[in-house]
Amino acid sequence: MSADVVVIDYGIGNLFSVRRAFEYCGATVLVSSDAREISAARRLVLPGVGAFADGMRGLTDRCLDRVIQAYADSGRPLLGICLGMQMLASFSEEFGEHRGLDILPGRVVPVPALNIHGEPLKVPHVGWADLHAPTSEAVWRDTILAGIQAGDAVYLTHSFEVKPDRANHLLACCDYGGRDVTAAISDGNVYGVQFHPEKSGPVGLKIIDNFIKLDKLP
Amino acid sequence: MSGVRLIARLDIKGVNLIKGIHLEGLRVIGDPREFAQAYYRQGVDEIVYMDAVASLYGRNSLHEIVRHTSHDVFVPLTVGGGVRSVDDVRELLRSGADKVAINTAAIKNPQLIRDVARVFGSQCMVLSIEAKRQADGSWEAYIDNGREKTGLDVIEWARKGVALGAGEIMVTSVDQEGTGKGFDVELVRAVSAASSVPVIASGGMGKTEHLIEVVTRGQADAVAVAGILHYKRSSLPDIRAAAIAAGIEVRRVS
Repeated sequence: MSADVVVIDYGIGNLFSVRRAFEYCGATVLVSSDAREISAARRLVLPGVGAFADGMRGLTDRCLDRVIQAYADSGRPLLGICLGMQMLASFSEEFGEHRGLDILPGRVVPVPALNIHGEPLKVPHVGWADLHAPTSEAVWRDTILAGIQAGDAVYLTHSFEVKPDRANHLLACCDYGGRDVTAAISDGNVYGVQFHPEKSGPVGLKIIDNFIKLDKLP
Repeated sequence: MSGVRLIARLDIKGVNLIKGIHLEGLRVIGDPREFAQAYYRQGVDEIVYMDAVASLYGRNSLHEIVRHTSHDVFVPLTVGGGVRSVDDVRELLRSGADKVAINTAAIKNPQLIRDVARVFGSQCMVLSIEAKRQADGSWEAYIDNGREKTGLDVIEWARKGVALGAGEIMVTSVDQEGTGKGFDVELVRAVSAASSVPVIASGGMGKTEHLIEVVTRGQADAVAVAGILHYKRSSLPDIRAAAIAAGIEVRRVS
């Protein structure tokens, strides 16, 4: 019996918490760096913290970049978390210009350094922030944010954010210093969240539960 | 706006949750795992475990407590006390910690800050500073849980720590710690002004007014709460409600 979720291990970040949160939601979890196991996953999670270039190197050194790109085309659910989300984009500006997986077209750019009044903001942006939809929360229906209310808070810790090329790929934002920063992106079966659902209390667990049940959502 | 974080700080000795005054005179309170779980259920934003004697005895016995806690507590978990090397950090992260707080080892070897930030990211590297007020109004950094002076000026050390890659600073006033008489607001304000990264105020919270003061006047980005919670003099929902009533942005917990 194959696992419900495969979490990609590419030598970076804290996989324990991610694994534990999925298990808490009732999923069987396989943590793997094996291309065949990843390709065969029923649902795939790309976690990660740290620097963009290190993360991409971790993937390419294991020849997992093309494996993940092919997986995204398969139509099965894929979730990138934090750095894992940023690597779904096309390019990052973190310490130079770096190529991403280019699964969700967009750029990774620094979070705002100033609030709308021109005062400096603390970077990294660390803490809990309320989710809201770019236009209407109705777009959250049938996504990993199904049942989440605008104003439900999630935990983030980041210095960079994804700016998707296409407005319809932006799923959720949160406010930092009066400006919108990207909290979640999606394109069909592919999701990326800047926040840590595994560290966001009951709201985060609900989002993980939704991801596990994506194929069963009405 | 990103809210002020309410962090439960649990100081640990061996397997016990303890509480001291000025980081000394430690008194056993109970099983830290039960307290952490209760705080999670009450909507705490983060949990910090500090091994109170680890840096003295050269060990960190928190792994089992961390492992147990991360099993069913789904908010960020920071662990400090006796963290000496990149390998120590790796092992704590494997046990379920999300961040480490480093004081003594960072002062003895500042490059450790850079190494931890490079390997695990700045978000993982919390610089813990124990500060004692000096006669001239400045603050000196202490190590070994407030026992040993270092000669380092807290503000300069905070600036250097950020430059080396610390992603947050937790500043504990040794003078105020355990007294319940309020934070050293001037200290927090000075560190926050000198720091581009978030600052966690620690030491001295005895009532909710202290939190409001250290956020509004002290510019704290997060507040560590210990004795007032452990001794059940107040609760997280009450503290949160008081912060909201005072116009402070905090996470809304349903």
